[in-house]
Amino acid sequence: MITTDILIIGAGPTGLFTVFEAGLLKLKCHLIDALPQPGGQCSEIYPKKPIYDIPAYPEILAGDLTDNLMEQIKQFEPGFTLGERADTLEKQEDGTFIVTTNKGTKHHAKIVAIAGGLGSFEPRKPKLENITNFEDNGVEYIIKEPELYRDKNVVIAGGGDSALDWSIFLADVAKSVTLVHRRNEFRGALDSVEKVQELKDAGKVKLITPAEITGILGDDKVTGLTIQKKGEEPFNVETDHFIPLFGLSPKLGPLGDWGLDIEKNAIKVNNALDYQTNIPGVYAIGDVNTYPGKLKLILCGFHEATLMCQSAFQRIFPDKKYVMKYTTVGGVEGFDGTKKEAPKAVVKAIE
Amino acid sequence: MQDVNIKIIDRDGVKHDIVAPTDMAMNLMEVVRSYELAEEGTIGICGGMAMCASCQCYVKSEHNLPEMTDDEDAMLAEAFNVEDNSRLGCQIQITPELEGLEVELAPED
Repeated sequence: MITTDILIIGAGPTGLFTVFEAGLLKLKCHLIDALPQPGGQCSEIYPKKPIYDIPAYPEILAGDLTDNLMEQIKQFEPGFTLGERADTLEKQEDGTFIVTTNKGTKHHAKIVAIAGGLGSFEPRKPKLENITNFEDNGVEYIIKEPELYRDKNVVIAGGGDSALDWSIFLADVAKSVTLVHRRNEFRGALDSVEKVQELKDAGKVKLITPAEITGILGDDKVTGLTIQKKGEEPFNVETDHFIPLFGLSPKLGPLGDWGLDIEKNAIKVNNALDYQTNIPGVYAIGDVNTYPGKLKLILCGFHEATLMCQSAFQRIFPDKKYVMKYTTVGGVEGFDGTKKEAPKAVVKAIE
Repeated sequence: MQDVNIKIIDRDGVKHDIVAPTDMAMNLMEVVRSYELAEEGTIGICGGMAMCASCQCYVKSEHNLPEMTDDEDAMLAEAFNVEDNSRLGCQIQITPELEGLEVELAPED
């Protein structure tokens, strides 16, 4: 069981900044995210795109924003459960919470802060009638264990970076790799496109374009696929694995069943005070919440995280006196023993 | 300032006659959101960068729309339920030329 003061669901910019504000109050944080890396949408959807409305940054790339936040919070030593989705919330008799992920990892926390953005990112599944029957029986939307494909025949579908990168990687592992895409053009980093071209020329990756997978063959395991090239008769290929890589899309998912007040796919919170939800001790901050006048902006998420942490502190320590300190005055004392502080002024007489 | 009249068929097949401003730098995806014709969180997920296909729509009228950028074209190549008349709403700016445009929202992924 992982224990912490504040359990943050979602490791996007709002969730990450919460670690900083909580750390100033000496509260420890742990984050859960369905994605394998922190940053949320900023790293998953648009890491190379600029953002222009982060205060004091005339322009910053979304990926750099994530890196900077990770640097800013590192002295508060946040814990991470990545690649797992928070599935259930159980309130304990003492007012604390246990959150369990889809992989069974349990987290025990005094406070839960949902910073889940638009929800957890789930793979987009191609519209094939029987595809769900083959999930984990030859159909995988995410490559977790490349060794699974050793000496197997693999068909990858998709036209973006992940389809290209995995085709390159698996070319050395699998018995055969076939890449199917609806166009002849691929959208990815130039060197990935060139590398796949080389592998194709060397006969290590087979390309079928412009084409679409229209059917999955097999009884309980994938044995083949039906592929249709534009303007031609469909044909079957034998394969052990089908890996559709069509990106991820966010779904509110199990959060919707936690008994929270939901309106328009977002969690209603008290914005007059502390962004608490209808469940005391559970807060919702950033894009995942809604209130009159809500704006889904990173900078609004930062503000919400800050106020939420103050409220969380009072909830955990109802009798403690506290006044907010400026970091310039109080410095930043990490849990790792480091201390950042403003340099002392030199006081020296002039002769 | 000039407003244009646009017909939008939502994901439930309901037709809406709406008025869209041409002077607010709005695109079609944003118009759909401002009229709440698709559930919040199911459209414009990437914010309008042609990096998801949640605002895909089918153009039903014979309007000359601005040509697709490579980004839009590549995104539609990976989207589902794509037809010959598919476009991404976020890439269609509201201009006076769109008067009478008729579009249908593609199903949610």
